[in-house]
Amino acid sequence: MNSRLINWFKFSSPATYYPLAGRLVPLFSVIALVLIGVGLYMSFFIAPTDYKQGEGYRIIFVHVPAAWMSMFIYVVMAVWSGLGLVFNTRLSAMMAKALAPTGAMFAFLALWTGAFWGKPMWGAWWVWDARLTSELILLFLYIGFIALQGAIDDPRRADRAGAILALVGVVNIPIIYFSVKWWNTLHQGASVSITKGSSMGQVMLWTMLIMTLGFWAYSIAVSLARVRSIILERERDTTWVSELPEVRG
Amino acid sequence: MLEIVDLECVRGDRRLFSGLAFSLESGELLHLHGHNGSGKTTLMRAICGLIRPTAGEVQWNGTDIRRLGEEFNRELAYVGHRNGIKDDLTGVENLRISCVLDGIAVSEAKAWDALEQMGLKGCEDLPVRVLSQGQKRRVSLARLLLHASPLWILDEPFTALDKAAVGFLQTVIRSHVERAGMVILTTHQEVSLTRGQVKQLQLGWKGDGDV
Amino acid sequence: MFEAFLIIVRRDITLAMRRRSDLFTTLFFFVIVVSLFPLGIGPEMNTLRLIAPGVVWVAALLASMLALERLFAADFEDGTLEQMLLVPQPLSLLVLGKVTAHWLVTGLPLAIVAPLLGLQYDLSPEALGVLVVSLLLGTPALSLIGAIGAALTLGLRGGGVLVSLLVLPLCIPVLIFGAGAVEANVSGLGEQGHLSMLGALLVLSLLFSPLAASAALRISAE
Repeated sequence: MNSRLINWFKFSSPATYYPLAGRLVPLFSVIALVLIGVGLYMSFFIAPTDYKQGEGYRIIFVHVPAAWMSMFIYVVMAVWSGLGLVFNTRLSAMMAKALAPTGAMFAFLALWTGAFWGKPMWGAWWVWDARLTSELILLFLYIGFIALQGAIDDPRRADRAGAILALVGVVNIPIIYFSVKWWNTLHQGASVSITKGSSMGQVMLWTMLIMTLGFWAYSIAVSLARVRSIILERERDTTWVSELPEVRG
Repeated sequence: MLEIVDLECVRGDRRLFSGLAFSLESGELLHLHGHNGSGKTTLMRAICGLIRPTAGEVQWNGTDIRRLGEEFNRELAYVGHRNGIKDDLTGVENLRISCVLDGIAVSEAKAWDALEQMGLKGCEDLPVRVLSQGQKRRVSLARLLLHASPLWILDEPFTALDKAAVGFLQTVIRSHVERAGMVILTTHQEVSLTRGQVKQLQLGWKGDGDV
Repeated sequence: MFEAFLIIVRRDITLAMRRRSDLFTTLFFFVIVVSLFPLGIGPEMNTLRLIAPGVVWVAALLASMLALERLFAADFEDGTLEQMLLVPQPLSLLVLGKVTAHWLVTGLPLAIVAPLLGLQYDLSPEALGVLVVSLLLGTPALSLIGAIGAALTLGLRGGGVLVSLLVLPLCIPVLIFGAGAVEANVSGLGEQGHLSMLGALLVLSLLFSPLAASAALRISAE
């Protein structure tokens, strides 16, 4: 084992990770605030009005990054889960558990903004479009993960059962996406193409990128804060927790 | 040889034991003591590999049983709290299925014979559902007569058994130890052995782990 | 090794035959759900013909969810599952045996009665044939995927509802290609593509889900 690997495992101990996460949370919160602020300003005031879709299209600056994040977070969750199963590290499972609500929130946000966008565009709140349908199924997968973890009392069993579910889910996501797409093309439903359609200008692309980075920073900040409270709850009987200033005070 | 190295088990919020270490050679019997909830069952299930310990390992002839996987199961016979038999099947069916799963070829006649030895003459082909608690226990224990595995882990094997059955099971255990087998058991009965060594392990107080 | 697989299949079928009432609940649930739709929608034959593939398939999906809860629960309670974890056989093989038996007593009957139900919806004989084939390919995949959920939720409070919550989203591809095959036949597009996809899904789930389910069982049996 080289020294780099040992170093990694050092941070996989909750006692060393807890203060590190504590230092990172404010940092990423500020980054998130700045980036999302700039991104929103750009999407409302700098990005030009779309000649075909008018002002309503501006919601894609939230919709698309949220959809990306919801998918990306599920993959990250599955990676943490896999690491937790292989190396039997407690922290990996805690990270997966901390990420799930954020991912579910982004999936919900993507659906909601999608509905808001759909109403003026097609006159319907909900269109059975391949992407929206897949996003809905992704939300179901998140809910299943959270419900399973909630139903199991023993944290170690909850972690490992959740990990298996996340891995099964991540294998299934491409299959689900592909089958929904197949289903959609056969039924010739309304094809909602949000990113395509109108040629995206340079400004729009930048705005979307900044929003995405902002969402990234937000996800990191929130999940680190959440993992800190999970660590406190799980390790409440250990001496290092009882010696923390915030616990003693 | 079975070796327990620095074993720690946590159930829920409670640390049942930690730093537990002992070893068991062939021809030895380990009698586990401890009050209710001291972790006897957990320890036995951890030795079987049913429970993943939070720290430490269980070694069989020097190899971690996690690495041995199913190979270790060949060395092992476990009788738990639950009988592990199907109520809707007969005693003979139960016994034969369990032997096939264990990879032992057992003829119908041999299965009947084992059940008869366990004092179940006349009940061999009744669905287990209609038997009494003690008789069900006997069906479950009949496996031990047919198994060749060296390590027996018996969690309260004498519960629900009558005096005759307790006596018979004791001789079975005794002869297994004499044939260089290993036994780990919990019970409130005294187990008398003619040969071999009986170790005692008390769970449930600080500094345990001494045999 | 193969002997162990066979004995598990035989054991579970014997058990199911000695408790036949369980067997029929799933089947009747399927029949009743399919028969309810015309009552809710109206007896218009053109509409019914249109929705038939979807209705039969959704009902089959729900019926197999209903049966899942029992897949490992009885073995868990009487301790035979514990013994199964301790035998010198690959656990995934035993899981595969249990799923096979489970499918033979719950999934296969659905495929057999499906043509009768299809008649209620005025499907052509050819479409009925496709329906049966699609169910024969699809329901084993449902049982296999469901086994993972059943293993994960073993012994939990409210496990029955939870298992549907976990498994239904994962079953969507099977539903899409299963119902799609019949629909494609009805609309004259040819069902080949859909059926091949169903077959592929079945092969995939045969490869992976016994492994995932046995890992889940080890966790749940702790």
